[in-house]
Amino acid sequence: MTETSTVERKPRRIRLADGTGPVLAVLAVLLIALAFVGPAYSEPAGYLALLKRAAPLMILAIGQYFVIVSGGFDLSVGSLVTAQVVIAARLIDGEEGATLWVIPLLLVTGALVGLVNGLITTRLLVPSFIVTLGMLLVLDGAVFLWTGGSPRGALSEAFRVVGREGFEVPLLGSVPWSVLLLAALVVAAVLFMRGGTGRTLVAIGDNDKSVRLGGGRVENLRTLAFVLSGISAAIAAILLGGFAGVSAQVGEGLEFRVITAVVLGGVVLGGGRGSVVAAMAGALTLEALFSLLNLLGVAGGLESAVQGVIIIAAVAYASVGRIPFRTRRST
Amino acid sequence: MVVTGLTDEAPAVRMRAIGKQFFGNSVLRDVDLDLYPGEVHALVGENGAGKSTLMKILAGVHRPDAGTVELGGEDVTFGSPRQAQAAGISIVHQEFNLLGDRTVAENVFLGREPVRRGQVDRKRMEADTAELLDGLGERGISPRTAVRRLPVAHQQVVEIVKALSTDAKVLAMDEPTAALADHEVELLYGLVKRLRERGIAVLYVSHRLREVFDLSQRITVLKDGELVTCTPTKELTSDQLVRHMVGRPLEAQFPDLADEAHLGRTRLSVRGGGNARLSGIGLDVRAGEIVGLAGLQGAGRSAVARAICGVDPFTEGTVELDGSPVTPTSPRSAIRHGIAFVTEDRKGDGLALRQSVRDNALLVRRAAFGRARGLGALDLAALLRSVTLVSRGPDQEVRYLSGGNQQKVVLAKWLAVEPNVLVVDEPTRGIDVGAKRAVYDLLRGLAREGVAILMISSELPELIGMSDRVLVMHEGRLAGELPAGPTEEAVMTLATGHELEAA
Repeated sequence: MTETSTVERKPRRIRLADGTGPVLAVLAVLLIALAFVGPAYSEPAGYLALLKRAAPLMILAIGQYFVIVSGGFDLSVGSLVTAQVVIAARLIDGEEGATLWVIPLLLVTGALVGLVNGLITTRLLVPSFIVTLGMLLVLDGAVFLWTGGSPRGALSEAFRVVGREGFEVPLLGSVPWSVLLLAALVVAAVLFMRGGTGRTLVAIGDNDKSVRLGGGRVENLRTLAFVLSGISAAIAAILLGGFAGVSAQVGEGLEFRVITAVVLGGVVLGGGRGSVVAAMAGALTLEALFSLLNLLGVAGGLESAVQGVIIIAAVAYASVGRIPFRTRRST
Repeated sequence: MVVTGLTDEAPAVRMRAIGKQFFGNSVLRDVDLDLYPGEVHALVGENGAGKSTLMKILAGVHRPDAGTVELGGEDVTFGSPRQAQAAGISIVHQEFNLLGDRTVAENVFLGREPVRRGQVDRKRMEADTAELLDGLGERGISPRTAVRRLPVAHQQVVEIVKALSTDAKVLAMDEPTAALADHEVELLYGLVKRLRERGIAVLYVSHRLREVFDLSQRITVLKDGELVTCTPTKELTSDQLVRHMVGRPLEAQFPDLADEAHLGRTRLSVRGGGNARLSGIGLDVRAGEIVGLAGLQGAGRSAVARAICGVDPFTEGTVELDGSPVTPTSPRSAIRHGIAFVTEDRKGDGLALRQSVRDNALLVRRAAFGRARGLGALDLAALLRSVTLVSRGPDQEVRYLSGGNQQKVVLAKWLAVEPNVLVVDEPTRGIDVGAKRAVYDLLRGLAREGVAILMISSELPELIGMSDRVLVMHEGRLAGELPAGPTEEAVMTLATGHELEAA
């Protein structure tokens, strides 16, 4: 037997969660490649700009991670982002004073949409794939009905600050507010996932029966994951509205992009495995890859094809990568 | 090794000096095994002793790195299970490999369906299956029934028929009774006897020593990949066999029972408990006491456990904990009242297999109590030591632990919330002899600390050996109560719905 007793433990070392290694390696390669290809990346500003571009997707990845790791899907985030931006523009309509109450309103709406997704999934037992697909269509239709295809109104300057502006830091230059917000959310997400609630959420994705018999409130926690995903969509909408402006296409395809990102981060579909940091690293990797392809002059139209290949390859890697290990254990 | 008392016939299978390594680890060394026609040969040993590997070499799943396999006097090498099957060696795996929505006949001929004019010849398939079933004296099973509709014992029969349908001369059975209830085991006994009569050599792998003694003519014991002994069953006692398996004498199989001085006040009390499956359940468990709950499969033992633990609560009657009435309506409320429930299905309900030892051990604490836990600080290392867990550390995923160590993690996660009442359903199912003893000691130790324990087990010797009192169930009711150390006959009499004769 190669097993040793639990008593003689080695001192605790920093340990990468499952699947974090490969995505970090790929990310590092891409970041280095960017420095060779793009002159803008010879300074920190280039990378800060990349982070700023990636921030909405990375924040969405946090929310999507909660849902996926607990065993679900959230396909509604893309149209939720669009709906939020369109609603914000209409309600603010260029009026600076409105910003103060519209932003909380967006967060609450995001949470509400997540709550509806979660409740239907857990109480009416409709698979989350279907619930959130339905929500995607409902939100799409509602936005179209409300705007007639072209959004009206405009965002206030104050609203756009977070997505667009930055603050001066010595040595680094201008650091975007979105990067600061992102950093705060990363810390919050990591702390949450280290706590009891976070660990229980992962256990639900692995075996919800054992959590239920262990006294956990499985339905509530799963619903919470959808609520957090909805809130992450609201935050992403605030950043994207500021960064990209108002359009009825602002969130288009984001749901698939963020699922690709999370899977690229080694988070296993079906739940129970993967880390939130890796999910975000997946999002950054995806953005870095698109930036690199852009710099290399690859047509933008190829992005979705690349994304498609990545999602299949990442899932295949996650499934096949473990099989030899399993047979090795089957003695 | 030639053994007296057996025929002078040549063995059907002769395995010599078999060795096998996996990734540099030697799992079998120099193992001999002979199987004679008409013989039931038991293969026993602790988990990891090499039983499965030896069996898989015989069945062509693995190739041996050393040694020879002779079949009917000729050297053979099997490249695949299919080749072994063609040569007359079949294996019945522990987990059923049946398609529930297909009929018995379709399952038996799966992948080898007789074809007539390009179509599956249903009639012939069903006739052949009926003939095979007939040959085994199993007339109660129709070849046209969907397997899903059959009771588990009959599904097992289908597995065996499927294995025999390739004209098997050697049949290897891996834990064939693992899924069967006590009274279904009888059916299997009859079946194995008829296989012997037909001259088939049976290799029987089981953890249940009673079956080994009831069925086999010879016993081969493996330990750590080596042959310990091959002895005629008649010449062995069960104590000797256990000693061979664990390599050291086990002082006594079970820890001492509680004496009256150790018993405290009544912790758990149920009066008139009933729900869809149960009626009139009344029982008390005192602090320091282990009460055994016996009965046939389906008698409602697990239903009582599930009711007390809030999974399928009682709809009538009262439950009292330490004298105050409670209504556990969910596992959460039961746990918060101090009731812990070690479920029967370790992998299905007990563990989150891909999570670490730490996350599993803390699962109940986190899930049921959250921040407002009202529990003392927890020393994880001490907790894991107290259940004598052997692992590579708290970060190891539990799916890589042996069954016994997995069960210790399950116990640890309940001990982490310091329960007053512990309900354990089949606490030693599928774990090896050494780990069983550890679980027994752990349970008895908890009782001594004042925990009230209600224990369910289908292994009667274990239930009798562990319990300070035995309650016997029959068809959803309590059929009677027996003091410590009842005979198996007394328990079975009550369990089958008969009255005990007044002594």
